[in-house]
Amino acid sequence: MINLASSLNKPELIVNGKRIDGRDFNELRPLKIEAGVLKNADGSAYEEWGDNKVLVAVYGPKEAPRYLADPNKAVIKAKYSMASFSGLNGHGRSNPSRREIEISKVTSDVFSNVVDLAQFPGSEIDIDIEILQSDGGTRAAGITAASVALANAGIPMKDLVYAVSAARIEDKVSIDVNMIEDNYSDADIPFAISPRNNDVLLLQFDGGVTREQMKEAENMVIEAGKTISKIQKDALKKSYEEVSKQYEEK
Amino acid sequence: MDAILTMKSKYIRDLLESGKREDSRELYDFRDIKIKKGLIPHAEGSAQVDLGDTRVIAGVKMVLESPHEDTPNEGNFILSVSLLPMANADYESGPPSPEEVELSRVVDRGIRSAVAIDPTSLFIEEGKVWSVYVDVYVLNYAGNIFDASSIAAMAALENAKIPEYKDGKANYENRKTKLKLNNMITSTTFAKIGDKIILDPNADEEAAMDARFTVQIDDKQIRALQKGLSGSFSMDEINKLIDISFDKHKELKGIIEKS
Repeated sequence: MINLASSLNKPELIVNGKRIDGRDFNELRPLKIEAGVLKNADGSAYEEWGDNKVLVAVYGPKEAPRYLADPNKAVIKAKYSMASFSGLNGHGRSNPSRREIEISKVTSDVFSNVVDLAQFPGSEIDIDIEILQSDGGTRAAGITAASVALANAGIPMKDLVYAVSAARIEDKVSIDVNMIEDNYSDADIPFAISPRNNDVLLLQFDGGVTREQMKEAENMVIEAGKTISKIQKDALKKSYEEVSKQYEEK
Repeated sequence: MDAILTMKSKYIRDLLESGKREDSRELYDFRDIKIKKGLIPHAEGSAQVDLGDTRVIAGVKMVLESPHEDTPNEGNFILSVSLLPMANADYESGPPSPEEVELSRVVDRGIRSAVAIDPTSLFIEEGKVWSVYVDVYVLNYAGNIFDASSIAAMAALENAKIPEYKDGKANYENRKTKLKLNNMITSTTFAKIGDKIILDPNADEEAAMDARFTVQIDDKQIRALQKGLSGSFSMDEINKLIDISFDKHKELKGIIEKS
């Protein structure tokens, strides 16, 4: 059972024209991504985005069980899950919540768009996203890291997707909300974008925004995407540099 | 995908290439909407909605419960949408599928974020609040259950009366005051098929669609959005569809309120 949004104890989200953590409205939190961090997985990535800590593993393509298999293409099976200790308050439940089920589905939809599924008929590609520590905007953080993990697994994709949440904080459109802003802002709008043509692969939202604010949010997302994309690519480049270094040493 | 479905999808796509739809609607037309309110007298409020051949029924039940610790002065609002096995040959009973979970949560979010019900109005006395359960059942699937469910939920809430609170109990025999709604949202769902976009897809159109986009709005603001499936929309398309949703809002709102 979910309680209705409460405005009790709402902190001041804008202080002296800055956000609660001192950021400007269009400023991202620090973002770090490292590719290839898990041995067993075919591809993986570890990401720190603000105080979010996210680990993604990719397995596959591998043979899909019969009930799941599609004879014409691969099936993407993303699983978004929050570690039971990831939140600041209390112990998280171990069963997938309805929220997690929905995020897993929309994340699968995002990657079904960009992965070249036709190359792998009858197979499945698993994307396991574990939110080790949550600090707002975790579905976007999961997708951004999952892109890197898929590329790290060598899975052919049309594009390297990024995701980020825009928000309305009082009357200001802002980017990349942290936990407190996420809890108390008036609108949280996660986007996943394919940067080669800025197509929208994920868009979810509830709260309240005007049409003008929505357009402002779209522009802010595209602008922030340039920074995020670069960090994703740098993470991949670095992982290849490390591999080639190992060979040179041999 | 079975052969019939593949052929139907191709037919729908070919038609749309020349700007036509299977049921000869315009691209941004809704099917006929029929609403019957109050057909379940045991429920605090109810409504059955026919959107073309799609049929859903929504019932409101109000239950006395204790409030959440962090919101002691607020009641609860719980909405769910269930796909009954009777609604479609492909539906099976069992735990809700991811599609069903997404559907429920999208419909819930629109109404919740529009604060259609003021949670503090559900407070009775210390330790006692009303929980409002809105349960939508899909009885016949013929496409666009997102909008049908949202319309049914809003209509059932519109129809709801609060049971009398007496001696610490709810007296369901005696319902007097109308449940107060502060806001009315409408839902408009679009399907993208190839590079064409249509409103209110029927079952065949949904079988052919690459992407789905649901816009839920009130008089002034966008209240909830959900892009679904693996296809994509451009930002321009999204902005255009939001504009169309605002154009449709007044008419839809009128249908929900007047019926």
